[in-house]
Amino acid sequence: MPSNVTEHLTEADVEALGAELDRIREEVLANRGESDARYIRRVIAVQRGLEAGGRAMLLVSLLPPAWVTGTALLSVAKILENMEIGHNVLHGQWDWMRDPKIHSTTWEFDLVTPAAAWKRTHNEIHHTWTNVVGKDRDLGYTILRVSEDQPWHPLYLAQPLYNALLAPVFEWGIALYDLEFDAVVRGEKSTGEFLREVRGLLAKATRQVTKDYLLFPLLSGPSALPCLLGNLTANVTRNVWAHTIIFCGHFPEAAQTFTEEEIADETRGAWYLRQLLGSANIEGSRLFHIMTGNLSHQIEHHLFPDLPSNRYAEIAPRVRDLCAKYRLPYITGPLTRQYASMWKRLLRHALPTRPSEHATASKSANPWRRRTAA
Amino acid sequence: MNPLWSVRELRGRVEAVRRETADAATLVIRPGWGWTGHLPGQYVRVGVEIGGVLHWRTYSLTSPAGRQAGHISITVKAIPGGRVSRHLVYRTTPGTLLRLGVAQGEFVLTDPVPPRLLFWTAGSGITPVMGMLRTLAARGAMPDVVLVHSAPTPQDVIFGAELRDLARRFATLRLYEHYTRAPGSRGRLSVARVPELCPDWRERAAWACGPAGMLDEVERHWAGAGIADRLRVERFRPAVAATDGGGGRVRFTKTGREVDADGATPLLILGENAGVAMPSGCRMGICFGCVAPLRYGQVRDLRTGQVHGEEGDLVQTCVSAAAGPVEIEL
Repeated sequence: MPSNVTEHLTEADVEALGAELDRIREEVLANRGESDARYIRRVIAVQRGLEAGGRAMLLVSLLPPAWVTGTALLSVAKILENMEIGHNVLHGQWDWMRDPKIHSTTWEFDLVTPAAAWKRTHNEIHHTWTNVVGKDRDLGYTILRVSEDQPWHPLYLAQPLYNALLAPVFEWGIALYDLEFDAVVRGEKSTGEFLREVRGLLAKATRQVTKDYLLFPLLSGPSALPCLLGNLTANVTRNVWAHTIIFCGHFPEAAQTFTEEEIADETRGAWYLRQLLGSANIEGSRLFHIMTGNLSHQIEHHLFPDLPSNRYAEIAPRVRDLCAKYRLPYITGPLTRQYASMWKRLLRHALPTRPSEHATASKSANPWRRRTAA
Repeated sequence: MNPLWSVRELRGRVEAVRRETADAATLVIRPGWGWTGHLPGQYVRVGVEIGGVLHWRTYSLTSPAGRQAGHISITVKAIPGGRVSRHLVYRTTPGTLLRLGVAQGEFVLTDPVPPRLLFWTAGSGITPVMGMLRTLAARGAMPDVVLVHSAPTPQDVIFGAELRDLARRFATLRLYEHYTRAPGSRGRLSVARVPELCPDWRERAAWACGPAGMLDEVERHWAGAGIADRLRVERFRPAVAATDGGGGRVRFTKTGREVDADGATPLLILGENAGVAMPSGCRMGICFGCVAPLRYGQVRDLRTGQVHGEEGDLVQTCVSAAAGPVEIEL
């Protein structure tokens, strides 16, 4: 098991690894330019074309072939909009272009959660505290147990069930989760702030629901019902896909979790190391990577969340080489394997598991502060 | 779709590029929907994409005012080492799309036009004045104008031929050209020569545009005569402050707070210590929750050491330190 994977590294090794990763980042920054800008604009143009085509087809979706085509196009459009465009734009990956329309401060994605709430829980909390139990709320999304370090509770027995139920309504799950109701209960968040955020969510969700389940169906006249069902199907497809990709990026069995003690006084090198060990890639074709928003390169994304997503594929072999050089795991595999592994982990942790011998040993002290260079 | 029809942002298409001097060119631009015209002497913000990055600069409008439709023009002088000005002068071709702001600026020809005018310009300082002269010429009624213009050589006078032609056509337009580097030149044109070149300068409405040093002199001269209100001055503020990269005075423009920065402390910390309500997030450059618009100067990315920044950029205050004097809109 991966708990001892960093034991052979000295502090100096960790900092050297960090410096090598910094160099990769700087190289990408130095040659970032026109072709990257062309890439994102092309993806946006394709996405708009697919959405327009899909919506147009659904206007006449009384005809079954139009329903099938329209629903398929809209599903793909929504997936592209959320993943390769929205998620990455909101990370600031395209801010360097200074295009106010493709900017982290102006983008509002086609999801019920408001972009501002997403940026706080995702960019700030999840990406800063990746896989730290008690800090990273994405670790199990407060309802799932994915690590021995999370205390067991009988409710977790049902987690395979509610995870399966979560997938088709994933965007609603994220929206509710972004409100951090649990933080209000713990007294870490004021009721006033919570209510303000609820209002923000309601406004955004109303817009989205009105668009997909009222406006476009009404525009479709006699095709209103099939249009509504097409929109519903597209949203569900997008939700299941996003859930799958996101869960496969952090919850395959080999992905590590960390305790707060382990990351006390974490250096930049150690932060990189944690991102590396806590993320998992998914192998696939170029088209597959685009459809995942390049989150199939979850490792590279977590190392460099603000580099343009189209560059992850190009730097992945170099990151992998670094892992080999420093004898670190580079968790990757095809979608089926990562998906099965993720489920295995969820099933295992539904039961009261106890920390393994290895885990206890490695968690007894900060693993990358224990050894110093000779 | 025609990009000029965009209602979300104002754009313009370059229709012609005319070389004016060895290092200056005029771009004739057809503005898209949303262009509301300009007053003679005003400037416009122009956004140009270079290597995927949008850069904004301001340039004086040199076309006559009053024509709502049709074309506008800006005249750009290539600054040595200037990325944007060199791109516009040497590498921009007809068909290029630019983004445009709306016309702005107080350095304008007043309405009604005063009966007697004096223009005191140097170098590219002629550009806003050209917009005014062309407007007057287009009306066919040139008032009593004295134009004193300074340039290194006759060939360096932007719009040289057109200015001389205007002076020939209109008896009421008196043009005096001063050359700082031509044979027999007396060097820089001193403001002390104002009374000699234009004896009735006190009675004239005056406009001055050129290098900062010249404008300082001109302002002192007019103030000394007690007629500062008769003078209008246009300063082309440099896009970036001269910097040695070692920190500087940081001004938070909304709150008016000012602090000295050492070039290694993040702007976020500086602001918080100064009592500015700073937006913040991860504090390590990941989440983009701390960004604020840069209004002036440049910053150093504390992760890479790289100095960057232009007016309007959103900078990550948690990983940026001041590289020279900086203004942040917070």
